[in-house]
Amino acid sequence: MSQSRWCWLMIAPVAVGLLIFTVGPMLVSLMLSFTDYDVVSRPSFVGSANYHYLLTADPSFWVSVKVTAMYAAASVPLGLFTALAVAMLLNMEVPFRGLFRTLYYLPTLLPATASGVLWAWIFHPTDGALNRMLLSVGVRGPGWTSSPSWALPALIIMSVWSYGGAMVVFLAGLQGASKTLLEAAGLDGAGPWKRFCVVTWPSLTPVVFFNVTMSLIGAMKTFDQAFAFGTSGPGVGGPARATLFYVLNLYSKAFEHFHMGLASAMAWILFAAIGGLTFLNFRLSRRWVQEEAG
Amino acid sequence: MKPRLVPAFAVLVVGLIVCLAPLAWMISTSLKPFDELFKGGISLIPQHTRFENYSDSLRTFDFLRAFGNSVFVAVLTVLGTLASSIPAAYAFARLKAKGSSWVFYGLLATMMLPGQITIIPVFRLFASLGMIDTYAPLIVPAWLGTNAFAVFLLRQFFRSLPEETMEAARLDGANEGLILVRIAVPLARPAVVTVAVFAFLGSWNDLWGPLVYLHREERMTLPVALVNFVGSSGTVQGTPWNLVMAASVVTVLPAVLLFAFCQRSFVAGIATTGMK
Repeated sequence: MSQSRWCWLMIAPVAVGLLIFTVGPMLVSLMLSFTDYDVVSRPSFVGSANYHYLLTADPSFWVSVKVTAMYAAASVPLGLFTALAVAMLLNMEVPFRGLFRTLYYLPTLLPATASGVLWAWIFHPTDGALNRMLLSVGVRGPGWTSSPSWALPALIIMSVWSYGGAMVVFLAGLQGASKTLLEAAGLDGAGPWKRFCVVTWPSLTPVVFFNVTMSLIGAMKTFDQAFAFGTSGPGVGGPARATLFYVLNLYSKAFEHFHMGLASAMAWILFAAIGGLTFLNFRLSRRWVQEEAG
Repeated sequence: MKPRLVPAFAVLVVGLIVCLAPLAWMISTSLKPFDELFKGGISLIPQHTRFENYSDSLRTFDFLRAFGNSVFVAVLTVLGTLASSIPAAYAFARLKAKGSSWVFYGLLATMMLPGQITIIPVFRLFASLGMIDTYAPLIVPAWLGTNAFAVFLLRQFFRSLPEETMEAARLDGANEGLILVRIAVPLARPAVVTVAVFAFLGSWNDLWGPLVYLHREERMTLPVALVNFVGSSGTVQGTPWNLVMAASVVTVLPAVLLFAFCQRSFVAGIATTGMK
């Protein structure tokens, strides 16, 4: 058998899967987004009505966009900054580095569902560990899970807990930074901050770019932890829809109310937003990412 | 330890305590009797340790069955991921055929794609096949290589293998299938382990899929069971957080144990994806 035969034989399952589970469904989903479809009856064509309804009349669409945008805007920088700080500390020759790295990564691999439930208990307004701790130093904590203005910050704090993936990637990037360059800069009299700015950061930019892109996409797709968090406390979507994430909204439209056409339109808007943001990221990255380094 | 490292070490220790405190609280709550939950204070050590919380939570909600379901789905997902992604990754890395690179780029593009965009048509597809409320929608896609990340990671490893070894085998008359099984896979073992662990965690931790596709209580996997339990167990006295946390520990433990066993190659694997 020729090499190209072998090649196609080995790729075949993946190629079939790509057609059945991605390419085909994408086309169907695009078509469905222009229809009214409730699973039971046949889809009926409604033109751009779904998009129009979402953008101008739907009572929850913009709420969920705002919730998700605020979450991403706070969680991504906060999480990445913490991850980078921990990675830089771990990059020093401290004892038990391996153990530290493992334990800092641990929360990331927990099921987001279990994390959501756990943090709902920690943030419990009256009996949660956090408010009890605050009370023991004389502070009356906010209602967190039951408060429209504190439920989203609670989820943001929780998200910082699971940035271990970004930390590991930062750590790998830091280890790629040239030791000789760092030493040379040190001999030239550059202090730690100067060395960071001149040597470490430039060689780290590709990794930063990767982490920013992936974290942003991840934040926009937030579902599991928000669903679990809501179920454990104020109900899915949170008090006064304060934690009605975009994908929660999409899920509820599709699989609770069976507005499949509307949900498909929401999916395509999300896709466009992710695509647009990633593209923007790539364009911006040309200015500050130094591909040669590392 | 060098003296200049002491501050860094101290910060790491404090950070770690903050990082692990929630887990300690989870375990501690899972061992407390119900009336201790609402007494105030933040003592991690229960006044009366109550291991029966575990048997209670397993009994009040059929977590044992959910556990079995989760294991079943996760194991078949891992096997499917390996069976489909290993040969494809090898072909993408080592073999040439017209058009095959297009499949690879298509696959790469799906990594950016939000799963929500395909869920409704795929749901329709499985519904038309009468497969809603079965495990097929959770397992079958893995056997058809929908885990693009796995293919990508393995391809990177296969590319780094020395060409001479394979060329020598080819000259000896070995076909590509044999080279893959006898030479490439054994050499790429760390990558294979990483992919297996990732696939297991992805399936084990998945809430979205089971939520969409499964309906009957006895079909539920652990994350859905946990969410249902929390949502339904509240009483006038409050949610039995001790039982909920016991169930959470049961949900979390297999993932942690697996990670502990495969830690080395797993962390190396994550780093590889970040490093292109």
